[in-house]
Amino acid sequence: MQTPILQVTGYEKYFALHEQNKLIPSAHQVNLTVHAGQLVALIGPTGAGKSSVLKGIYRTYLPSSGRILYRDAAGHEIDLAQANEHQVLALRRHEIGFVTQFLHCLPRQATLDVVANPLLAVGGGRKEARLRAGELLSAMNLPERLWSVSPATFSGGERQRVNLARGLITRPRLLLLDEPTASLDPATAERVIELIENLKAGGTAVLAIFHHPETTRRLADQVVELAAPPAIEEILKEIA
Amino acid sequence: MNKILEVRNLSRIYGKGCALCIESTGPEADTNLCPHCGSVVAVHDVSFDLFEGEILGVMGESGSGKSTVVKNLYFDQAATSGQAIFYDAARQYDLFSLNSAQQRWLRNHRFGMVYQNPHLGLNFNITAGGNIAERLLMSDLMDYGAIRDRAKTLLARTEVLLSRVDDLPKHFSGGMQQRVQIAKALATQPPLLFLDEVTTGLDLSVQARILDLILEIQQELKTAMVVVTHDLGVIRLLTGRAIVMKYGRVIESGLTDQILEDPQHAYTQRLVASVL
Amino acid sequence: MNTLPPKTDASAYNFGFLDEYAKKEIRRAILKAVAIPGYQVPYASREMPMGRGFGTGGLQLTLSLIGPDEVVKVIDQGSDDSVNAVNLRQFIEMTCPGVSTTTRTVEATLIQSRHRIPEHTLSAAQIIVLQVPYPDPLVVVEPSEDKRKTMHGEADYSRLLVKLYEDIVKFDEITLSHRYPTRINDHYVIDPSPIPRWDVPKINNSEALILFGAGREKKIYAVPPHTKAEPLAFTDVPFRVEHFHDATGNRRTCSRCGCDGSFLDEFTNDAGAKVYQCSDSDWCDEMLLQVKSWREVSA
Repeated sequence: MQTPILQVTGYEKYFALHEQNKLIPSAHQVNLTVHAGQLVALIGPTGAGKSSVLKGIYRTYLPSSGRILYRDAAGHEIDLAQANEHQVLALRRHEIGFVTQFLHCLPRQATLDVVANPLLAVGGGRKEARLRAGELLSAMNLPERLWSVSPATFSGGERQRVNLARGLITRPRLLLLDEPTASLDPATAERVIELIENLKAGGTAVLAIFHHPETTRRLADQVVELAAPPAIEEILKEIA
Repeated sequence: MNKILEVRNLSRIYGKGCALCIESTGPEADTNLCPHCGSVVAVHDVSFDLFEGEILGVMGESGSGKSTVVKNLYFDQAATSGQAIFYDAARQYDLFSLNSAQQRWLRNHRFGMVYQNPHLGLNFNITAGGNIAERLLMSDLMDYGAIRDRAKTLLARTEVLLSRVDDLPKHFSGGMQQRVQIAKALATQPPLLFLDEVTTGLDLSVQARILDLILEIQQELKTAMVVVTHDLGVIRLLTGRAIVMKYGRVIESGLTDQILEDPQHAYTQRLVASVL
Repeated sequence: MNTLPPKTDASAYNFGFLDEYAKKEIRRAILKAVAIPGYQVPYASREMPMGRGFGTGGLQLTLSLIGPDEVVKVIDQGSDDSVNAVNLRQFIEMTCPGVSTTTRTVEATLIQSRHRIPEHTLSAAQIIVLQVPYPDPLVVVEPSEDKRKTMHGEADYSRLLVKLYEDIVKFDEITLSHRYPTRINDHYVIDPSPIPRWDVPKINNSEALILFGAGREKKIYAVPPHTKAEPLAFTDVPFRVEHFHDATGNRRTCSRCGCDGSFLDEFTNDAGAKVYQCSDSDWCDEMLLQVKSWREVSA
């Protein structure tokens, strides 16, 4: 068995809300392992901390405890929970992609450029980047007449496709997906599933949350079930 | 990625200062005014790194000391203590130990600054083109034709109508004045740019286009920038990392998305909650 | 108590009017000015028995340098006979017994001038003192003297150059007619006093010592002999002097002596026509003499 790309052990996340003097648990004792070319799906009830795990790995959340060992392209092992900001930024730019349900991008940029930009940032030529962006957008059935428009005016499904294309364009080594097909029609969802399979075949490790159990069944090589974290009193008792 | 700027323990105190200044000011004391000697601790113990091509946000409300930080680094004001190293290709400069001529040289050749108040960055008695010419002349370009061409190119890049090259900035709109300021700051293609509340006070639509311009420039020229703002929208749009200041202290620093989605300090939580 | 008898005539004054302490201070300022070409040396400008602005700065320099065997020439706008020149010359004659005066440039050892440098190339044996109303060229771009001093120290003249840039933008050429900012010895930029552009090249690599005195502003500066003096300009828009061409492109000549290589004054004669004449009256006289001798020779 080859060494995993990602190994999460004992990940926990609590939010300390100073204003209300409260500690809110978000994820509790999460363990998982992802290998290259594999898709691991996170399942569990709402509030189990599925998104919290993805955000912790991407460092949008600062993990409260646990280790997030990532093996980079050069073979070095980095604990993402401890990595410095510049290490994280470099990995985000070159190796780790994150596709959320929401699109955060420049409000006044043409869709094609929104998608092409991550490729430009890692040193691609503008022409090739736009070409590749176009390929991805057509693969996801986004009509060409929308390419020159800003995604700010798009429907939920359209935005999601732009977001996906943007996340996939650099062919990341580790891709984090948070309900990427949630608001897509069945036909488009099918195209997206094909794209993800394609990426897997290319060696990308994927950690995903899917809205439909059917998608999980089709794509997941492994399923990790999360339970809602216990009440904070329980956790505090545990620590004590 | 190479480091371009390293700031360590930067402090700036207005007034004579006393032994109790530091302990009796700051976020815990809820003031930056020393009750013992009346000095204002505008900035204390600020440290950060900036890498090539990176945009760092410095956020906080008025009086947090965020503008003072960039004014110290751009030599508009002298720092009271601390160190700042500027790495420029093979050379490095210990900013606060340079003499004033060396500081002026760096300001004119290697740094750029865009102020909130265009009066600080532009000479309103000379034309838009003349303002850019001034910066080019400071860096010893002495060819009138070349200066003029460069000024026009820069103004075109920042979307100022070329027919207005020879107009006085006082006849420009606020957004246009900021564009001329940006063009002037970029004239010598500096690797490091300071932006102090550049969109504050502008109409929303004008703000948006200035921010677009800044991002485009960053992508084109890979200029490293320190962006000072109280506007979380600006922070979200422009910066990859940010530091949060209150009463002269850095109370939080991190990746911008992390600060906005998982703020650690009570003050930052309040700040973020008040916007989102 | 030893009382001096009351003196009523001019000899009651110290030679050169100024007391020896004042002369010493001014000579020291001159030495410093010579040592740092183009640097404005401050000095305690004395009260003179004439209004500030009438050449008191130049006069204090002249009176500090003058010795009994000096031959002095005083010029005002090129002429030895205008009011300012006559008054100053009479004052020097009165307060410096034994000093001789002249109107001939070549004979003079010390020349005090308002707004012109003579056409005759000055020699190493001569000193010219120029009267200066505004010593600091940066005053037009920076009101604070404190900041101006820093700018001079760092040779930061970009804002002055922007003025020239704006001039070209507006008028397609640099329109400064006098007080043309000139860089001395690759560092300090001076205001060369209100001499016309025509005279600026004469400062460069001059054989004679050139001194500048501003009485009201209390500054002395100098361009020592053989020192580089470069008028500020752009590489592609070079400095140039007045050309005196008429509408057809011919060089105008002096209506009196016929010279076609001197700085000309323009005035209107009684008939209302424009007339041109040498600004330097001594030069004009000399040219006239030459013309006469040629005529005699050819006759």
